[in-house]
Amino acid sequence: MIGEVISWLTDSSHWHNSASFTGIPSQLLTHLRYSVIAIAIGTAIALPLGVAVGHSGRGTWVVSTVNALRAIPGVGLLVLLAVIISPHFYGRTDMGFLIPTEIVLALFAIPPILANTYAGIQSVDPQVRDAAYGMGMTGAEVLRKVELPCSLPLVFSGVRSATLQVIATATIASYLPLLGGLGRFIYDGIHTNDFPQMIGGGVLVALLALAVDLLLALAQRYSVSRGISGRYRTRSVLTTTIKE
Amino acid sequence: MSSAPSSSPLAFWSYFHDHLDQNLHWLWAHTYLSVLPVVIGLLIAIPVGYVARLHRWAYPPIVSIAGLLYTIPSLALFVIIPPILGLSAIDPIQVPIALTVYSVALLVRVVADGLAAVPEEVLLSATAMGYGRLRRLLAVELPVAAPVIAAGVRVATVANVSLVAIAGTIGMDNLGRLFDLGYQLSVSGPYYPPIVLGIVLCVVLALILDGLIVLGTRLITPWRRAGRTGGAEAVAT
Repeated sequence: MIGEVISWLTDSSHWHNSASFTGIPSQLLTHLRYSVIAIAIGTAIALPLGVAVGHSGRGTWVVSTVNALRAIPGVGLLVLLAVIISPHFYGRTDMGFLIPTEIVLALFAIPPILANTYAGIQSVDPQVRDAAYGMGMTGAEVLRKVELPCSLPLVFSGVRSATLQVIATATIASYLPLLGGLGRFIYDGIHTNDFPQMIGGGVLVALLALAVDLLLALAQRYSVSRGISGRYRTRSVLTTTIKE
Repeated sequence: MSSAPSSSPLAFWSYFHDHLDQNLHWLWAHTYLSVLPVVIGLLIAIPVGYVARLHRWAYPPIVSIAGLLYTIPSLALFVIIPPILGLSAIDPIQVPIALTVYSVALLVRVVADGLAAVPEEVLLSATAMGYGRLRRLLAVELPVAAPVIAAGVRVATVANVSLVAIAGTIGMDNLGRLFDLGYQLSVSGPYYPPIVLGIVLCVVLALILDGLIVLGTRLITPWRRAGRTGGAEAVAT
């Protein structure tokens, strides 16, 4: 079985598009496109909301309510929205299935980003915040110069888990017809009893998730302020600060 | 299936009654597929997490491997497991195995961190009272770490309820089949009852299992209900 999967993955005809088959690179790009759109929408909603709730300390019920959304099964919501939305689209368009997919994906990106942004801003050391106000910073300055940089590691790990969640759910979106993505290989493989294709698709999805997580981990490492992550060459933090 | 009285989303309850045997069978399968992997996962995660807590060198590799396993999307893990274990391509056992892998991956870290958070004085007192290593772990460390571990068990169980439903789309018998069925029945026009029923039953199942774990944790940690105010006083000073 493993040999057949490897020969499916290395078959050059599976890496090119033909009339009846969409190749691996195209499906990979489609998978990434679905995911990026959803993460962008999810972040655009969750980040400002988390910042507002964390900075003001009001409306914490929003965070717990959104967290409860995680109990809703993604497949169920996907099928429900597809059945509601797809009849409104006719002809040669995948919009009837793409719109429900993006709604579900964006919805699943929100809870981790919202919860981590809120927690990140809440967990800023009160003494640090007071010191910033004491230096004469306004509320907006404290937020921009102190609270956001300090909470960046948590915000980033929220975006990371949201991304993994979206990539995983985008795989299931291929259950719906007309949609691409690497999940297409899994569901097409099942429906045609082509198990090497099904398992090959699974391998590709797993590799994509691992690669994206690795890239985000690296980005996280180099975007977080060194003063917060503790990535110092030497341990003489105090002396270097005084010298400057 | 031929007599469909109403396709309204609110008709899900009568749909439940009309196909009671089928739905109860799927609900039961869904329940044990959600719970059993967490139980087995916890039994594996406790010794592995204990090793990670005991030896400093073992912690980074164990937690990294667990993190990598948890990164793999569920549908991918479902289909990759049979060839690795030499099962047939579609085997009912691939789903509980995959979910056990996730549960272990999640709980190993929780167990290791929970055990590491047990105060040093507590360990020393237990040793001074003549507790051996194993007895100290079972009678002191695990109970003290129980709230932390229970929080991880809650996350794993609620996540499992959603993941099991995904296995329904590749033909495994559980509540996920209701979504597949609802979708097939909606070809000529929306037919909501099975889809809405599936969502409602999944959410209710997740809430009930979550509530049971909270209740169980309270029962096995009676000391936590006494002296709640201690922490607040410490912060005030």
